[in-house]
Amino acid sequence: MEGGVAYENDLNLKETELRLGLPGTGSTIEKGVSGARNNKRPLPETREEGGANGKPDAQHDDQENAPAPKAQIVGWPPIRSYRKNSLQPKKAEAEAAAGMYVKVSMDGAPYLRKIDLTVYKGYPELLRALENMFKLTIGEYSEREGYKGSEYAPTYEDKDGDWMLVGDVPWEMFLSSCKKLRIIKGSEAIGLGCGA
Amino acid sequence: MGPNPKMRKEFFDSTRSSPFPDEVLERVLSLLKSHKDLSPEIVARRFPRVKSVTLKGKPRFSDFNLVPENWGADVHPWLVVFAAKYPFLEELRLKRMAVSDESLEFLAINFPNFKVLSLLSCDGFSTDGLAAIATHCKNLTQLDIHENGIDDKSGSWLSCFPENFTSLEVLNFANLNTDVNFDALERLVSRCKSLKVLKASKSISLEHLQRLLVCAPQLIELGTGSLMPELTACQYAQLENAFNQLKNLSTLSGLWEASAPYLPVLYPACTNLTFLNLSYAFLQSHELESLLCQCPHLRRLWVLDTVGDKGLEAVGSNCPLLEELRVFPADPFDEEVIHGVTEAGFLAVSYGCRRLHYVLYFCRQMTNAAVATIVQNCPDFTHFRLCIMNPGQPDYVTNEPMDEAFGAVVRTCTKLQRLSVSGLLTDLTFEYIGQYAKNLETLSVAFAGSSDRGMQCMLEGCPKLRKLEIRDCPFGNAALLSGLEKYESMRSLWMSACNVTMNGCRLLAREMPRLNVEVMKDDGSDDSQADKVYVYRSVVGPRRDAPPCVLTLSGL
Repeated sequence: MEGGVAYENDLNLKETELRLGLPGTGSTIEKGVSGARNNKRPLPETREEGGANGKPDAQHDDQENAPAPKAQIVGWPPIRSYRKNSLQPKKAEAEAAAGMYVKVSMDGAPYLRKIDLTVYKGYPELLRALENMFKLTIGEYSEREGYKGSEYAPTYEDKDGDWMLVGDVPWEMFLSSCKKLRIIKGSEAIGLGCGA
Repeated sequence: MGPNPKMRKEFFDSTRSSPFPDEVLERVLSLLKSHKDLSPEIVARRFPRVKSVTLKGKPRFSDFNLVPENWGADVHPWLVVFAAKYPFLEELRLKRMAVSDESLEFLAINFPNFKVLSLLSCDGFSTDGLAAIATHCKNLTQLDIHENGIDDKSGSWLSCFPENFTSLEVLNFANLNTDVNFDALERLVSRCKSLKVLKASKSISLEHLQRLLVCAPQLIELGTGSLMPELTACQYAQLENAFNQLKNLSTLSGLWEASAPYLPVLYPACTNLTFLNLSYAFLQSHELESLLCQCPHLRRLWVLDTVGDKGLEAVGSNCPLLEELRVFPADPFDEEVIHGVTEAGFLAVSYGCRRLHYVLYFCRQMTNAAVATIVQNCPDFTHFRLCIMNPGQPDYVTNEPMDEAFGAVVRTCTKLQRLSVSGLLTDLTFEYIGQYAKNLETLSVAFAGSSDRGMQCMLEGCPKLRKLEIRDCPFGNAALLSGLEKYESMRSLWMSACNVTMNGCRLLAREMPRLNVEVMKDDGSDDSQADKVYVYRSVVGPRRDAPPCVLTLSGL
């Protein structure tokens, strides 16, 4: 998905779409969509092509592609297959039972966190939680200027694969579309100040 | 013919009643020291009378799926020779061997005195093989099936023990998942009055467990089945009573799906426990603490990291006699969820458990300072296995490599025999190891080191090094070839995903004709790369049972 493409008039698709949503989120999704402002703010990274002119440092890249590669190292951590197989079902159970976990990464942090979005009632709570978790200041959101005045900006990847600024869409819509969070800093954060 | 597993004679166990002539023992003792790899025929020739055999087959990294499945270590050729030369064989213990149902049946039928079978981390057999053992081994005293890759077809194998069979002393079938024939099991347990060890599988419910315990109050080691709650108050009382009868219990394990309300039922049996294996029980810190309060004599403890640092603080406070601690990760592959244990838990244990000498610790963060303090508190470590689960992770406070941590370990723990390192490590770690680890026999290295020098330090130092296993390190041919003479005094070397090439391996094989150099290639890798290398001594040259994916370079 390229950044910068605004979605309009796809209500038909959304209404007929089959979704796996949490109980109770179905109807709010419909409402959210009809009034949607689709402010897709492309992050600089999404416009980069990989390859010849190289990528930013490995750490950055790893976080960009966070999910699969690290977890796929064969035979690491060194746990016997028997133990792996015995514990696996347990983990799946535990995850299915609880909330809506999304990964949270931050540029420069060595490992990712996970939070349960259902615990928060709205954006202010979520932002304070992130500030506490990573020991930083994010500040106030404004539609026009994003998180101006802060060195950091919380972004999230939605179900379309696009990176959005946290706060751009109504809370319920955010809940239903957020796949993972990423706190970016520095120039990228400033660059997000402009709209799509 | 056949694989070259390592072989050990066990004549020295004092519980064994059959004596051996001194001249046999002397000859055996002199050969044992070399631990050379032999073929069945040579073994049979050198050791004319053998009652007990232990065979270890595949490289240890096969436990982590790094070795091709059909690599070898088939037990069958050994059994064929043993049937001819040692028909009176009584005990067979196999580790990481390929074992088929046919082999198990062959074993059951050809050795009339057979008493003890132990299978650990083996694969290739099913419950049909167990049925054969149960059917034919009239003198069986021990059946220990532990962490194998079994094709678990059904539990009816238990019914194959004849009704007049009463000699069983050890029964461990915790490995299995299917339902067993409980009535058959209950009858078996009732009539085997000498049963000392019973380790049940997950399928055994609490109600079943109660009935078994009533039949066998003399148990010394118990592995429970599932502790899923499904008891009435009356049943709970009965279970409590049953545990109360277990006056001699020294080992408790199993505890699958252990749930808090049912843990207290175990308490009466805990007074004499020396080994508590909770590594399949998802316990919280307070649950662990309550349990530990009941076990004043605990020497060995295995737990999941769900107990957290707080749980480990409880260990430090309640287990002054602790000698061994293993902390396994409940969620090893989900690196995003931050939980588990940290350096704080390990520190807490070290302050309270000064006799600790064996540790296996999986964590997601560690510091050099913590490790230095830990070994200061517990200088008697013989086995120090630390796994910082994110490869190449530095000291999370200082951001420096973990070199000083392992430097402290090898400097302080002069009795160290086994070491596993992890985290961000430069060649300096290996300089320390080479310089100080004078008693080190087994060393495991992953995602570490900066250059060939690292491996050279290990090979040039460490006079007692026997097993060296390396993966994903920047060590190349120069490093590999720096250990030529050393490999003859070592049991084995494993190197995978390093920078070793086929030419380097060929050179090694040429220079050292008494070594087998096995190379396993990964799919789609460069022709010149030696992706996985396994080097071991052999007096019989390349083995003939190697599959096509294993190339043996030998100078012979």
